[in-house]
Amino acid sequence: MSDVVTVMLAGVGGQGTILAADVLAKVAAAAGLDVKLSEVHGMAQRGGSVDTVVRFGERVYSPVTDPGMVDHLVSFEVIEAARRIHYVKPEGRLLVNSRTVQPMPVLIGDSPTPFGMEAVLADEGAVFIDADELACEAGSPKSANIVLMGALSFGLGFDETLWREVISARVPPKTVEANLRAFELGRQACERGECEL
Amino acid sequence: MSRTLLSGNEAVAQGAWAAGASVGAGYPGTPSTEALESFARKTGVYAEWAPNEKVALEVVSGASFGGARAIATMKHVGLNVAADPLFTLAYTGVGGGIVIFVADDPGMHSSQNEQDSRNYAAFARVPLLEPSDSQEALYFTKRAFEISEEFDIPVLVRSTVRLSHAKGLVETGERRVPERDEYQKDLGKWVMMPAMARCRRADLDRRVADLAAFGETTDLNSVEIRDRSVGIVCGGVVYEYVREALPEVSVLKLGMTFPLPPALVRSFAEQVDTVYTIEEADPYLDRQLRQLGIEPGTLDLPAAGELSPGAIRRAFGMAEPELREPEEGLPARPPMMCPGCPHRPVFATLRKLHAVVTGDIGCYTLGALPPLSAMDSCVCMGASLGMAHGMSLVGGAGEKRPVVGVIGDSTFAHSGVTGLMDMVYNGGNATVVILDNRITAMTGHQGNPINGVTLQNRTSRELELEPLVRALGVEHVRTVDPHEMASVEEALREAIDFDGVSVLITRAPCALLVREHPTPYAVDVDACTACGVCIRLGCPAISKADLSKADIDVSLCVGCGQCVQVCRYGAIVHTGPACDLGDV
Ligand SMILES: Cc1ncc(C[n+]2csc(CCOP(=O)(O)OP(=O)(O)O)c2C)c(N)n1
Repeated sequence: MSDVVTVMLAGVGGQGTILAADVLAKVAAAAGLDVKLSEVHGMAQRGGSVDTVVRFGERVYSPVTDPGMVDHLVSFEVIEAARRIHYVKPEGRLLVNSRTVQPMPVLIGDSPTPFGMEAVLADEGAVFIDADELACEAGSPKSANIVLMGALSFGLGFDETLWREVISARVPPKTVEANLRAFELGRQACERGECEL
Repeated sequence: MSRTLLSGNEAVAQGAWAAGASVGAGYPGTPSTEALESFARKTGVYAEWAPNEKVALEVVSGASFGGARAIATMKHVGLNVAADPLFTLAYTGVGGGIVIFVADDPGMHSSQNEQDSRNYAAFARVPLLEPSDSQEALYFTKRAFEISEEFDIPVLVRSTVRLSHAKGLVETGERRVPERDEYQKDLGKWVMMPAMARCRRADLDRRVADLAAFGETTDLNSVEIRDRSVGIVCGGVVYEYVREALPEVSVLKLGMTFPLPPALVRSFAEQVDTVYTIEEADPYLDRQLRQLGIEPGTLDLPAAGELSPGAIRRAFGMAEPELREPEEGLPARPPMMCPGCPHRPVFATLRKLHAVVTGDIGCYTLGALPPLSAMDSCVCMGASLGMAHGMSLVGGAGEKRPVVGVIGDSTFAHSGVTGLMDMVYNGGNATVVILDNRITAMTGHQGNPINGVTLQNRTSRELELEPLVRALGVEHVRTVDPHEMASVEEALREAIDFDGVSVLITRAPCALLVREHPTPYAVDVDACTACGVCIRLGCPAISKADLSKADIDVSLCVGCGQCVQVCRYGAIVHTGPACDLGDV
């Protein structure tokens, strides 16, 4: 099973991790690989902590993963990246949207505001990308998830046209252009070396 | 052959469609919901959301008695509600095949308990199929219809969250609708009065024995002999975990976990040095092996919650992967009501009135969490009303605190009506709030009998709550817009003061249904006194900024104005939109 690649997409319920995971899984399938995906629906989607796992390779058995087994962690939010740091292999890749969404216990003053999360993540080798900013630049603030897929794509080796085809088929028709731009902006940020390890 | 990426739920729907099922009925519930939603989108089928799971299974039984193949879908706790017809359907058997798809939630991602539905199969004596991935979910569902008709019995297809909400590649195939037998009047089969039921009871034992014999040779079960020192008996998604964690061991993969095939299990146990069962939730297979006189080895696996390949590796003492240091002390991130949620003002008011709130299940259960903290109980769907009545009977809330039962619109239709009927019938005195947000929100926005939106968009009509509640005999009925907080408080006080059962209906659509938002708000820092009242609404858009003054995140604010109404200092004011890109 050593050829299986495990990607974890983490974030806050409602941020679009499920759509992003679906795009990634379809790209892997279009590339001729076996793929499994595991996501969480229901209560957590109301602003809770969520993650989706996509695994692809020659033959994939388990749809879920364990601490120390993730090759790529893509986090849509800073605290959620820190929460899952131990899932990432020591040599794994950490791609983090430089955005913090404070959870309710912090908003109401029940828990202290976590400080220095970016520094902790940077120490662990995280690469930051301002996906929300790039999404606005692409023309749709909701396309931050696709910006992150663009950034992830740079490290995965799937053909860029596969990504473009899958995104075009998967996102709402009116938003195809903005999402393709979002993908491009995310990918370029990495090509320019802004998200290298 | 091209393969499609399908979730377990979508694959079950595909399997039912391919088997020629023409009727589907269910009630939403995570993680089962998408199975019926997906089935409803197929051609040539009728599908409906029923008010609850019992009704859904009864609709399916009627369709079956009439000769058609039909599927009922529900989450694990839904099977409790549908258990009454289930047990007797095992006796009657079927006309057209009946499949009951039930999705369990080990680990309780979105449920109030972790019950293991497999026990229902043994309890009701109906066959149980457990697919392990999406491809099998399709194939097993198809086979389930054949088995149902061949053995004249309803078949349970059981999933768990990691099958239902996992996706895998599936070869889909065609639909074949079998020839239908006309309905035949047959008292001995369809009318379960004691004399007939006794005959069918004996016949049930014969059918289960036939099924056990079928299990010995069916391709639903498979023996995989590899290294003979360890043999694992498992089913469902756990099989995938075992293959991932222990690729070398021998496995008896049970696709049909009731009834067990005794000879197959015994012969597997004889071929390996030590046999183990690996399963989530209950030691269901373990118990059955013991009944067959096989003593499985013990493993250090968690008795509750979910398994994973890692947990299985650990139980077999395999090397742990190298780990990064986990980050300790991070704040939890519980789910919360959305900005603009119409439930919020109701709970803020209930807290202000120090009500003891018997609660129910839906998005509004989030009203139990800080900072609202205004719900005192949550047990099962519909429980709020019976519990409010019971608690007020014994004066359990004390002299000064009112007892209020709070229930959502979909939950009221599911199992709240009878609770309210009871309260009126027996002269109760509690107050009831029906939170009518025009949708079944928690499970992803399904229609229900109150809003009159049907699963396949057939014409229906809205069910007016006020006349229904009055017809039940409630004398005090009022309706308010929950976004108007002063009216909520006034109406609640009035309802509480009323001597007898009173019902307050709060009606405003779920915030996620509202497309057009007014301008968002911002805090005038000079006017804000850091009193914290707006913070205690628990809106995700409002936080404590420096010096504890309030701060509104314009990108989250939907301009509902709830906070404006609680601020005594006029400190919450209009501002411009955040990311000014128009409608994208
Ligand atoms: C017996 C049973 N069936 C289904 C569910 C799943 N479920 C939980 S809440 C809910 C619907 C809640 O809808 P509503 O009462 O309208 O409240 P809302 O979420 O809209 O606030 C459902 C279907 C359950 N918990 N128990």
